[in-house]
Amino acid sequence: MTALDPAAIVEELPRPLLQVRDLSVRFPARGEGKALKAVDRVSFDIGPGQTLGLVGQSGSGKSTTGRAILQLQKAHSGSVRLLGEELTTMSATRLRQMRRHMQFVLQNPYSSLHPRMTIGQILREPLLVHRSVPPARLQERVAELLDLVSLDPGMMQRYPHEFSGGQRQRVVIARALAVNPDFIVCDEPVSALDVRTQAQIVTLLQSLQERLGLSYLFIAHDLAIVREVAHRVAVMFRGRIVEMGSAAQVYDSPAHPYTRVLLDAVPVPDPVRQRERLRRAPPDLHFLEGDGGGCVHGTDHASSNTAEWHEVAAGHGVSCRYWPSR
Amino acid sequence: MIGTGPLLSVRSLTASVTTRREVIQAVRGISFDIGVDEAVGFVGESGCGKSVTAKALMRLTPEGTSVVLGGEVNFMGQDILAKSEIEMRALRGRRIAMVFQDPMTSLNPVLSIAAQMTDMLRHHTGLSGKAARERCIDLLAQVGIPDAARRLDDYPHQFSGGMRQRVMIAMAISCEPDLLIADEPTTALDVTVQAQILRLLLRLKEERGMALMLITHDFGVVAGMVDRVNVMYRGEIVEAGTIESVFASPQHAYTRALLDAVPRLQSAGQVR
Repeated sequence: MTALDPAAIVEELPRPLLQVRDLSVRFPARGEGKALKAVDRVSFDIGPGQTLGLVGQSGSGKSTTGRAILQLQKAHSGSVRLLGEELTTMSATRLRQMRRHMQFVLQNPYSSLHPRMTIGQILREPLLVHRSVPPARLQERVAELLDLVSLDPGMMQRYPHEFSGGQRQRVVIARALAVNPDFIVCDEPVSALDVRTQAQIVTLLQSLQERLGLSYLFIAHDLAIVREVAHRVAVMFRGRIVEMGSAAQVYDSPAHPYTRVLLDAVPVPDPVRQRERLRRAPPDLHFLEGDGGGCVHGTDHASSNTAEWHEVAAGHGVSCRYWPSR
Repeated sequence: MIGTGPLLSVRSLTASVTTRREVIQAVRGISFDIGVDEAVGFVGESGCGKSVTAKALMRLTPEGTSVVLGGEVNFMGQDILAKSEIEMRALRGRRIAMVFQDPMTSLNPVLSIAAQMTDMLRHHTGLSGKAARERCIDLLAQVGIPDAARRLDDYPHQFSGGMRQRVMIAMAISCEPDLLIADEPTTALDVTVQAQILRLLLRLKEERGMALMLITHDFGVVAGMVDRVNVMYRGEIVEAGTIESVFASPQHAYTRALLDAVPRLQSAGQVR
């Protein structure tokens, strides 16, 4: 294994749509404590029409990463380039224009739709803000959007409470699509839904990606769903990416011990195997405590000024932190 | 039936739930048994009536609604639906206990864990304050809360989601119930914490010989946990069988749809 900049691995992608480099977010200390490194030097690229899955337990910094990319959360340091333009230092006016290229789909379709606005009003709003269609075409575009997410355009006059969770999430997706974005951050887009509805929304997101060439950052704690949608997968733990590679690399040959812990914990839909797994002694997770120790390979990354990152195969890398001591 | 029959026997249970808006036939005449120290899963999507069924067994009503129950619920030889509210209070928490999906809303935020746990213990068992406290520490340790003696005086918000769920489980088992109902006990939790909670439930069930009713929308969660499973759809049980037979050869189209919807880590060929 060689020490390598994570950026160097992803640099091979043809012209990334989104390029994130050494992105860090800190939350100020409450009282006497130290500032929290919610996101710690995170780097990755997302190509056009590609999905990067971001997995990890709650509190690992997944959502904060998504928010920092969209400039909804101030970065402490690092760079976020969308379509070649640096977002972190952009003026507010220019950023407002850039927002039509990047959109957000959130977890809870109950709280992310205004209860007193009709579906039609909800979908018209982004069109008016970004002046994306002439006023005469508004109605037509709203109908188009509903059709795009397989909802009946006749539902325009209805209110969110008249819809099921899955239908509301379709409305949220339609709203994100209203301005023809290139990139969407989907933050736990299906975790509030029933399994069958989850499958339908995932299928919808995939078909929209194919038809419209969208790129997604797909944030989820459910590893099985991420396997279905993501081309590449990054595993986060305590603000750092500890493993990144193609979906097949990360799921079929996980290299970091934390990734293995996560994968082993997913219930297998097979009664005999699952029963056997639950009876096995629980994994020893002590290696995940503390600050992750030094480089497991003994490299002094600080003095050589290299990232704590080691390539195990082409396009597949792991962090050298948080390994069981040998 | 007393002594030899099932622990719980439900026949033609109906529940009509009246909300502010409408009257819903949430449970439409379902029948099932749960044997002593048996684990039975109830799988279905939101609105299928699984939670209303669970609450009916304890004669609890979903918030903001009124419920009319019909049919028969026989628990340890007692007719649950004929009991007075006072009689039910002696049963709830003592003989039948429940763990809910969201421990934050089912714990009282302004009372310490000690206050909430000892209150129930003293009510049901008549233990003295000091003895109840000792017992709580023991229970918290059993469900894997480190440093239980010190954590006992903490408040719910000082615990993580997984730890709060452990507190809920400790409270639920504190009076050694004969039946533990767990309604989506891991839905709000991370996958590693989910595995820990499932292991804990399985261990407690086996050590204490209690019956478990596990309610979930996720076939993956019940897979390793239960002996039998009931699949619910629109207030009815559409399929019932051993967990192995339902997984191996689901008969009802809805069961197949639910099983197919479970996302799999491996590609389909590797698992099936």
